[in-house]
Amino acid sequence: MRGWFIPVVLLIAAIALPFAVPTYYVQFVSKAFIMGILAMALNLAVGHGGMVSLCHAAFFGLAGYVLALLSPGYDPASLLLTLPAAMLAAAAAALIIGALALRTRGVYFIMVTLAFGEMLFFLFHDTGIAGGSDGAYVNAKPEITLAGHRLLDLASPTAFYFVVLFFLIATIAVLTMLVQSPFGHALAAARDNERRARSLGFPIYRIRLIAFVVSGAIAGLAGYFAAAQFGFVAPQMLGWHLSATVLVMVLIGGLRSVTGPLIGALVLIVLEEVLKASTDYWKLIEGLIIIVIVLALPGGVRQLWPMIFGERSEEQPAHQAAPTIAEGRNG
Amino acid sequence: MDLVTFGVQLLNAIQYGMVLFLVASGLTLVFGILGVINLAHGAFYMLGAYLAYWIAAYTGSFWIAMVAGVAIAFVVGLVLENVFIRRLYGRDHLVQVLLSFGLILVIDEAREILFGKDVHSVAPPAWLSGSIQLTDNLSYPVYRLAICGFCLIVAALIFLVITRTKIGMIVRAGAENREMTRVLGIKFDVVNRYVFAVGIALAALGGIVIAPISTVFPGMGDGMLILSFVVVVLGGIGSVAGAAVGALLIGLTDTFGKVFFPSVSSILIYVLMAAVLLWRPNGILGRREV
Amino acid sequence: MSSRLIVSRRTLLTGAAGAATLAVAPGLRAPAIAQNAPLKVGLMLPYTGTYAKLGKFIDDGFRLYVEQKGGKLGGREIAFVQVDDESKPEAATDNMNRLVGREKADVVIGTVHSGVAMAMVKVARDTKTLMIIPNAGANDATGPACAPNIFRSSFSNWQTTFPMGKVLADAGIKNVATITWRYTAGSEMIDAFAENFTKHGGKIAEKMTVPFPEVEFQALLTRVATLKPDAVFSFFAGGGAVKFVKDYAAAGLGKTIPLYGAGFLTDGTLAAQGDAANGIRTTLHYADNLDIPANVAFLKAFKEKTGNVGDIYAVQGYDAAALLDAGMTAVGGDDKQRDKMIAAMGAAKIDSPRGPLSFNKAHNPIQNIYLREVRNGRNEMISIAQKDVDDPARGCKLA
Repeated sequence: MRGWFIPVVLLIAAIALPFAVPTYYVQFVSKAFIMGILAMALNLAVGHGGMVSLCHAAFFGLAGYVLALLSPGYDPASLLLTLPAAMLAAAAAALIIGALALRTRGVYFIMVTLAFGEMLFFLFHDTGIAGGSDGAYVNAKPEITLAGHRLLDLASPTAFYFVVLFFLIATIAVLTMLVQSPFGHALAAARDNERRARSLGFPIYRIRLIAFVVSGAIAGLAGYFAAAQFGFVAPQMLGWHLSATVLVMVLIGGLRSVTGPLIGALVLIVLEEVLKASTDYWKLIEGLIIIVIVLALPGGVRQLWPMIFGERSEEQPAHQAAPTIAEGRNG
Repeated sequence: MDLVTFGVQLLNAIQYGMVLFLVASGLTLVFGILGVINLAHGAFYMLGAYLAYWIAAYTGSFWIAMVAGVAIAFVVGLVLENVFIRRLYGRDHLVQVLLSFGLILVIDEAREILFGKDVHSVAPPAWLSGSIQLTDNLSYPVYRLAICGFCLIVAALIFLVITRTKIGMIVRAGAENREMTRVLGIKFDVVNRYVFAVGIALAALGGIVIAPISTVFPGMGDGMLILSFVVVVLGGIGSVAGAAVGALLIGLTDTFGKVFFPSVSSILIYVLMAAVLLWRPNGILGRREV
Repeated sequence: MSSRLIVSRRTLLTGAAGAATLAVAPGLRAPAIAQNAPLKVGLMLPYTGTYAKLGKFIDDGFRLYVEQKGGKLGGREIAFVQVDDESKPEAATDNMNRLVGREKADVVIGTVHSGVAMAMVKVARDTKTLMIIPNAGANDATGPACAPNIFRSSFSNWQTTFPMGKVLADAGIKNVATITWRYTAGSEMIDAFAENFTKHGGKIAEKMTVPFPEVEFQALLTRVATLKPDAVFSFFAGGGAVKFVKDYAAAGLGKTIPLYGAGFLTDGTLAAQGDAANGIRTTLHYADNLDIPANVAFLKAFKEKTGNVGDIYAVQGYDAAALLDAGMTAVGGDDKQRDKMIAAMGAAKIDSPRGPLSFNKAHNPIQNIYLREVRNGRNEMISIAQKDVDDPARGCKLA
């Protein structure tokens, strides 16, 4: 009973919101929800899978580009057609990048995902695809039509908000089921102690790859709606600065829960909005806040250790390494 | 493409690779010895270029700018190691990634407060500002040749230090097996501090050296950071020789890619990286396992 | 994600409107405001980044005009809201939404970067916000994306380089290599030049590009030396233009293969380019020594207000205000009479510092394009390359 109380209140508040605040803030919250979906998607890889990826913005942006490319000129695209296409494209990119990157471990994995993400960035930035560095436009927001009747038109900020809210809840549901499934336990086992998980017979590479692909596809979901909301896609959507920013959201919200990163996203986006409106040097303050958060959470994220140095525990440089592993085993 | 043009393009490629090496060697050292992944490496490259512009504008001397710029970067490196980076040893890479990302934001804004956000150009030293006639209608700027020579000297120095000195021995041992070195009683705190500062100084030196042939602009560190990562991934983490190989490979790929496949030239280096990863996941000169 | 909104109270107070009225008659100010709230002009310009100086000059030019009119256009007071677009297309829609949605700007002036401007055009079309583009030259803005509420006080990319095609052909040049950044502005300027050049019998040896905003040209300069064209035609701007012109000279190519370009190659960059720029010929809708009364008066007033020497960007900002004035005057300051206001703006004939300025059906300027040469550190006019150049407005349904 109590466990349901807070979520239900939040849901009611979320449903009531568009009727209570001006349109600008409805759009603002939609944007924050979209970033929340992206952060939760990333956390499936980072928090649950122990894969520190710096290329999720690339999946996000790629899906946005798919919408831009599939949108017919100045007419609205079909949501039922373009959304699956966008998510499939993001998943395919995650499959290829993941298959290569998962051959590596730890810091290599970070660098390789970073580099491949930038490759996609340059693919859209330097070649003529969809406007190059100038970006491309989604001139009309996607819609759902049935037999000539327009069932859903995202052009209205309120309708758009509710669609995003729907997918936000769907994402939470899917991720929760996934994390609590046997698959999720295997993924966590591989993260906590790769060698033991392997000796238990888990196909670690395949499990991680599947998680990475699912994570990429959901990031694509977020990117699709970001492109639809702004009506514009630019290569910077795929850039690693966004990937790193989303990692910050994940860290703020906490690595081990499904909805934590959503909170992190809301916190960071509101923080940015407030800082931007109040100071010219908002980046300086945001940077300092990030540094403080990182340093003030000692061990808050050290569950990731086993993934980072994998099976070669004897190579771990620090005195902390051993206890971390031990904790991982207990947890 | 005739032989002379080929030669000139080869020179372009080597010169580009040399500068890449300078920056990437700092990154690979810091990772190899300290086990810290530093995303702010590119920011120090950018900072070096701005320092070069700023000091050269005040003193009128590129050489003073170079020495002072490197010295400032070194000191900044010592301070940062002491305040922040020290806390990262042994922490997981996610923390390191995010802390250095925070540092990037801070450094960017500090640069804006100190030097503004304008694009600047820096004049090379007068006696290096001429050009040499290479073909009937093409001359080559002397400064670019000087960069090649200078980077070669720096590279030689790095190799000498690493292969011939006691510090180098510790550095090599650390890159091979940190635990073992620690067990042997090597004082890591001091070594770490100086290695980090040297890494930062190398990034800044790269920025200073490139300033006269590039423009000095706020976002210049970003591109260099990614390229340095690719160099390190290609060459193998912690391996200075690997960084040299990786940097030259990228210089060649990029220069000849621009000539032969202009529309996809910037993708080519990543294709190269993917190929190397399939062939040797730990880099060309990396250890078999990490 | 990364953009900044500057809407300080100080900005509003020190805005031209407040300053001018306060100076004239502090006591008489209150009733005027009571009658009519000020027209809110949103300035969405790059106040930081590569184009910061351009944004500043456009801003200064615009405010100078409003100041000269006593802080009022069509009898209505003007208030300003500023947003720094940082020349980041990815943040453009967000920024524009803020300006239109949260700040309730009645008119938006912006911007320099074409990608940002196109994103703004998109929002302006959706929200029917009156918008004047004071620089960005993307052909599409007054092409397929044209709309009644969207004006441009600057140029289309096509317009600035098209006349150069004939100039080079007439000079007996047969074979030209082109080099530019690989983005819309670059390809549009090069294509317009090539269109006219090949029409007059010229041949394009090779179209070379570097990714925007890369400034490493060495490999391509080596390529130029191998191709040995009669001339090179190029477009770069800002820091890239400085670097390219210096590298071109350092490579010794200038001695055998003359360099031509779009006007932006040598505009606002000459101080940094130094001797390397001497003798470069470019086309643009302005020249530094344009000896017409409107320009002389403008440069004098601009110098007095800002202490800087006015340039084309300042002129474009100044003319954007003049264009808005034409509309506001026609409706006596009541911007709710939208159709009448737009008709008046479309029919405006402005005695611009750049020469006679009018507008085509797509709301793009019709103006002279000048052939200039760099001499004495200035872009000096040689001749009018083509009179009253009118952009074809391809794809515009208004035309």
